[in-house]
Amino acid sequence: MSVPTTVSGQAAPARAGRQQPAGTKPRKHRGWRSWRREIIVSIVLLPICLIWIYPFLWMVGASLKTDTEIFGSVSVLPEQPQWENYSRAWYEANIGPYFWNTIFITAFTIAVVTITTAMIGYVIGRYTFPGKKVLVVVLIATLFLPEGYTIIPVFDLINQLGLSGSLWGIILAESGGAHVIQIMLFAGYFRQLPNELDEAARIDGAGFLRIFWKVMLPLTKPAIATAIILSLMRVWNSFLIPLVLTLPRPELRTLAVGVYSFQGENMTDWSGMAAASTIALLPIVLVFLALQRYFVEGVAGAVRG
Amino acid sequence: MAIIRPARQLADARRGGDAGTLRQRLWNARWCYAFMLPSVILGTLFTLYPMIASWYISFLDWSGLDSDRHFVGLDNYSEAVADSAFWGSFGRTFAFTFVTVPVMLTLALLAALVLNDTSLRMRTVFRTMFFLPVVTTTAIVGVVMSLIMNPFDGPLNAVLLDIGIIDRPIDFLGDPDLALWSVSGVFVWKWMGMSMIYWLVALQTVPQELYEAARVDGASRWRMHRDVTIPLIMPFGIVIVLITFVGALQTFPLVQAMTSGGPAFATELVELYIYRLAFASGSTPRLGYASAVAVFFGITVLVFTLAQAWGLRRASALQRDVKQGGQA
Repeated sequence: MSVPTTVSGQAAPARAGRQQPAGTKPRKHRGWRSWRREIIVSIVLLPICLIWIYPFLWMVGASLKTDTEIFGSVSVLPEQPQWENYSRAWYEANIGPYFWNTIFITAFTIAVVTITTAMIGYVIGRYTFPGKKVLVVVLIATLFLPEGYTIIPVFDLINQLGLSGSLWGIILAESGGAHVIQIMLFAGYFRQLPNELDEAARIDGAGFLRIFWKVMLPLTKPAIATAIILSLMRVWNSFLIPLVLTLPRPELRTLAVGVYSFQGENMTDWSGMAAASTIALLPIVLVFLALQRYFVEGVAGAVRG
Repeated sequence: MAIIRPARQLADARRGGDAGTLRQRLWNARWCYAFMLPSVILGTLFTLYPMIASWYISFLDWSGLDSDRHFVGLDNYSEAVADSAFWGSFGRTFAFTFVTVPVMLTLALLAALVLNDTSLRMRTVFRTMFFLPVVTTTAIVGVVMSLIMNPFDGPLNAVLLDIGIIDRPIDFLGDPDLALWSVSGVFVWKWMGMSMIYWLVALQTVPQELYEAARVDGASRWRMHRDVTIPLIMPFGIVIVLITFVGALQTFPLVQAMTSGGPAFATELVELYIYRLAFASGSTPRLGYASAVAVFFGITVLVFTLAQAWGLRRASALQRDVKQGGQA
């Protein structure tokens, strides 16, 4: 074990080594003990992880089975895929319209939240102005104050705005929730961009809007991606707001509310319920698998901040 | 930083930071205010106003169905203090939290310690699998889990019967003595990946050299974690405990979808009790009373969180003192 890399007494080379991406770490002095350890850990973890995601595998399997095949069975694979479960869920249980409602609400809410939080994050991160301290204090206070039961006034407000019969009411209510994490994410990201950038742009005659839109915003793509993912997770999975706001109008339900009501209305149609659940979860799971980095980054921001 | 800072002050001054009269400074910052406006309007309407309105509603006797509202002062609060259904849900919420939070944090820390090892090549795959439940829709996961835990046809009972651990199906969600713990288990499974990411963030702040030094000294993995890793991530630990604690109070989607508070109120946590008062009582809704219960509960949680933060900070300071004392 007394190999040269353990001269960690000298900080400089060790630190340089640490900054290398994990993959390029020199591996040549990995002994067989370390191999053995990796193999044992992997063999122990793999079944645990498969059990961990088993509920989802079972759900997808059940969505392609007949009800008699599902009952009392542990296996995941169907004998003969029953695709009509999906058409039954889509058409008869109204999962189709709920799907489009959810897409519509999610898309607009993400657009509104990302644009507005980027704008306020930009001025908090890069400018000083009278009232800035108050603004930041209020933002942070909303995280800690007991909020009571805000869904009641929100419900009331949406009614008074005349939006109770449309998806716009849900979009507004979702967009207006405190998005402090996104704001702080943007503020932090904008703050560390070099000042020379906007000075150069200002000398070229660019105004406030152009500097934001053409110079600064394009440099914050990772922050934008993380903010979008955070909003996506929140809106796609939101339950209480759409549940309460669609109480008088079932046709406006989102997938979360729709599948929940499906359970109440068709207790015994397990394959239909599994198909509806699969339709509802598949989009967010696919986005997660494709853009994992931003999901992890968004969640990690809560601790780093 | 030393070079950037004067330049920043210069730029700030030019942008209207400190120069001129207040009027001039306000005018110079007009774009800043314009950029804040959309967020401020949305936040005022849908975060700030509802919060304050809910405090106000908590002093009313109001069904929400008509404009017939009376100001009743603190009556709702004194009713809540004497309400055994409320205290029942309150006790269940704290029992739920005190079980789920430590279990979740421990499992998450173990997973994070294992997955933080860069020589483990499948770590990203494992991390993805542990994190998967976190990204999925909670209410729908609740529906699926209630099928999986079904006493007659669910796969969980089928497995347990096959292995021979049990000879009779267990009614995980229908047995009043068991339902709360079944729901807690699903809650831990659903959100463990989140705490795991928090711990991984904390672990990445531990300098790799320390591990190498410990390895040279011949320290075992367990001792290395106990003496190097855990003390170093303690400051993060406080934040992680608090976030996880507050998160464990957000139980509505999962529990509503799994049991709706039943059987016989055995899983009716405070969030579900408030929902029942406001929207699902079957009789006249009581929005004023529901709000009072919510505000009262919110204040309790706030006090508890502050006490917890203070206690944890004290504990870690004490630990540090003891360590330093021991070394001196």
